[in-house]
Amino acid sequence: MVELNDKNFSFTKENLKIAEIEIKKYPEGRGGSAIISLLWIAQKQNEGWLSPEVIDYIAKYLGTSQIRVMEIATFYTMFNLKPVGKYHFQMCGTTPCMLSGSNELKKILQNEIGEQNTVSTDRLFSWVEVECLGACCNAPVVQINDDYYEDLEPTDLINILKDLRNNKTPKIGSYKKRVSSEPVDNNIQTQTDKEIEDIVKRRNKPGLSV
Amino acid sequence: MSKKILINGNEFEFEDNLTLIQALEFADIEVPRFCYHDKLSIAGNCRMCLVEVKGAPKPVASCHFSLSDLRPGPNGELPEVFTNTDSVHHARKGAMEFLLVNHPLDCPICDQGGECDLQDQALHYGINKSRYKENKRAVDNKYIGPLVKTTMTRCIHCTRCVRFTSEVAGTGELGAIHRGENMEITTYLEKGMSSELQGNVIDLCPVGALTSKPYEFQARPWELTKTESIDVMDALGSNIRIDSKGSEVMRIMPRFNEDVNEEWISDKTRFIWDGLKSQRIDEPYIRKDGKLVKATWDEALNKVVELVKNTKPSKIGAIAGDMTTAEEMYLMKLLFDKLGTDLYDCRQDGSYITNKFGRASYIFNPSISGIEEADGLVIIGSNPRIECPVLNARIRKRWLTGNLKIFNIGQENDLTYEYIHLGKSPEQINLKSMDINNCKNIIWLIGDDVFTRDDSNDLLSHIVESAKKTNSIRDDWNGLAILHKSASRVAGLDLGFLPEDSKKNAKYIANSKNVDLLFLMDADEIDADNKYKVYIGSHGDKGATSADVILPGACYTEKNGFFMNTEGRLQQINRAVFPPGDAKDNWKIIIELSKRLKKSLNFVSFDDVRKDLQKKFPIFEDVGVIQAADQSQLSKIEIKYPKLNDVEFENSIKDFYLTNPITRASKIMAECSMQKKNNGNING
Repeated sequence: MVELNDKNFSFTKENLKIAEIEIKKYPEGRGGSAIISLLWIAQKQNEGWLSPEVIDYIAKYLGTSQIRVMEIATFYTMFNLKPVGKYHFQMCGTTPCMLSGSNELKKILQNEIGEQNTVSTDRLFSWVEVECLGACCNAPVVQINDDYYEDLEPTDLINILKDLRNNKTPKIGSYKKRVSSEPVDNNIQTQTDKEIEDIVKRRNKPGLSV
Repeated sequence: MSKKILINGNEFEFEDNLTLIQALEFADIEVPRFCYHDKLSIAGNCRMCLVEVKGAPKPVASCHFSLSDLRPGPNGELPEVFTNTDSVHHARKGAMEFLLVNHPLDCPICDQGGECDLQDQALHYGINKSRYKENKRAVDNKYIGPLVKTTMTRCIHCTRCVRFTSEVAGTGELGAIHRGENMEITTYLEKGMSSELQGNVIDLCPVGALTSKPYEFQARPWELTKTESIDVMDALGSNIRIDSKGSEVMRIMPRFNEDVNEEWISDKTRFIWDGLKSQRIDEPYIRKDGKLVKATWDEALNKVVELVKNTKPSKIGAIAGDMTTAEEMYLMKLLFDKLGTDLYDCRQDGSYITNKFGRASYIFNPSISGIEEADGLVIIGSNPRIECPVLNARIRKRWLTGNLKIFNIGQENDLTYEYIHLGKSPEQINLKSMDINNCKNIIWLIGDDVFTRDDSNDLLSHIVESAKKTNSIRDDWNGLAILHKSASRVAGLDLGFLPEDSKKNAKYIANSKNVDLLFLMDADEIDADNKYKVYIGSHGDKGATSADVILPGACYTEKNGFFMNTEGRLQQINRAVFPPGDAKDNWKIIIELSKRLKKSLNFVSFDDVRKDLQKKFPIFEDVGVIQAADQSQLSKIEIKYPKLNDVEFENSIKDFYLTNPITRASKIMAECSMQKKNNGNING
């Protein structure tokens, strides 16, 4: 079983400063609007999840009722209401990633970490399948804590897991040596494609449509 | 600005700050709705109130559409709205189909059946079969307190309850967690609600998701006899409807009265009814050898006569409780006048409040609806949230609209609105520390408990002086507002049911060696140590257990009578059921007693009593109306410039749920009290 965090949560000095800045973004007396930002800060401070103590603290801090905070925390999937591992994997399972092999990755995560939404026994890992992460060009994608790992082959993911276990930092970004979402062989043709040129030309002629 | 529009081809003119649904209501056109409620903010999520607006590409939600947004036609024709076209009916039918997709078909076992908005509207807009082949959604029921039962699968997510707790009740305890199909209404971690007004969510819920837990499976709405009456749990006099079946009160519902309770009632008012059935005295008792023994009416009344005859008239006293009608007090007063003594009192809490300074000195002069015109409020020695939750909701309603300065002198409590706490003792009633010079209409809300203090006269004089200085007592505004706790207090003061000598208040009467025989009329909140006591009342509580003779009387649901609420509004209670067993109407008991004492009060019927009362006290003539108090009499209050002491103001009500014999007999109230102590948890 995962132990609960220490019972009394409160912001660290640095986080208090950030929280104050967030609240000041809204008109006076409307600090309640800063719930999302504060929850996000708190989740980072609290090892990646929001315990009831955190929600209590934020409600008190903003002077609103706990359910108002709970409403927000349950609405957004970015907030975890259960403990997560030190490295929380969010594996994209939406169509482009699925076609590019995310099912393989899923099996690996299942084998290496365990069921979804559970924390591995060494408390290092947890994973969850999420909807589109918005990086379909570089599918399949896995988000680990704040960073994206793209173009993953099953072996890449196994290596990443190994690295993390050994306290090494794996490479962030594409595993097919892409900088962003250009073609894999770095053969950028979009600007030179004849067909596209024709289309553009046709479009510029008055009275005609594509 | 007014605006002309065509509704279904007929021309109407409205103020353009209305929403379409309000305008349609004025035009007597019924618009189906679930989420819209005229006392709550607009949510616009049920889509049931769709209407057709000429020129609009799709149906509009009338609750959300302002009249000022209606545009004239291309040639300046009047804007046109339709509510009876096929497209409107089709749109509503569609909305209804979506609402019914996940709604269970359990009307036969649902308590809301028969008074369910969804059921009624499905009759007009529903289709007779479902096109939805998938599984229906099921939701776990939530624990949200001992009063409200939840069947969350029935919820259609109108969020009326969520808006009620956050806007009216001010506790903001209900919320909607998760989203989309997984949305659920709940309290935080299924804690019980703490609001004193939580029962109102039952009335607000348009379906059977939130129903009354104590009333669970008790009766169907069409079996109930409905009696319009007045609540006596606090001095507000909320308008209620008593629903009874046979000889039993099954439930109590609010009645709409914009000037008093709007449409809310407190939980004590709503859920008191099980206390009406337990701990009842249904036979007369006489104390023999220290034990109470059952007796006949004849024996009991003769015993009282014997006690009265053996006692000097000057040594007989009477104390009226918090739920005594004006007529009963009037009869008792007549009887005592005939006996030749005036040791009677309607102030069982030992208060020194008096009627000597005119009516303006003991009622809530600005009136309850007047709270909405106030821009300053000074609360002195009161906790309105406990003493009068519905009035507190009115203050909160005013506070939410802004520009209301609230100062509190007394114990610091959560009143559901923000206030500036100046201190806990009279010392702090100081105009210098209050920033209210710019306020025009200031209310000086004085708690009932202020008058039980020894320095109450000094305090009243000081407060009146301060009120005059801030110009809050003038021809068009009297800001002196006394918030009573007891329903019968104002009527008692109007009748003069209190001794001439101001020192001889209820405490003196109950504890003096000069009073040998004491009549307790429903008075249970006072410790009396007189030689002999006669209890006339309904419940076996403190008063009855120490009495020598018990004469069983009727509860407020079992008799007729007048009550003056704290603002001096005359209202009448009506009998819904008959008193149990041998118990009698209290007025009959007093008349019978007077006959046997040979001091006969010659009244044949209750109407005779009432007519006589109205003849002597014309203030009791107009039911439902406030007789404006003559404020010139306030000048009788001597301005003393007293030295204010530092004795803290205390609130005498420690437990909202247990304040009178009926509440103490109620299992539901005991449960509520327990859960409050456990801070919202079921078992501590």
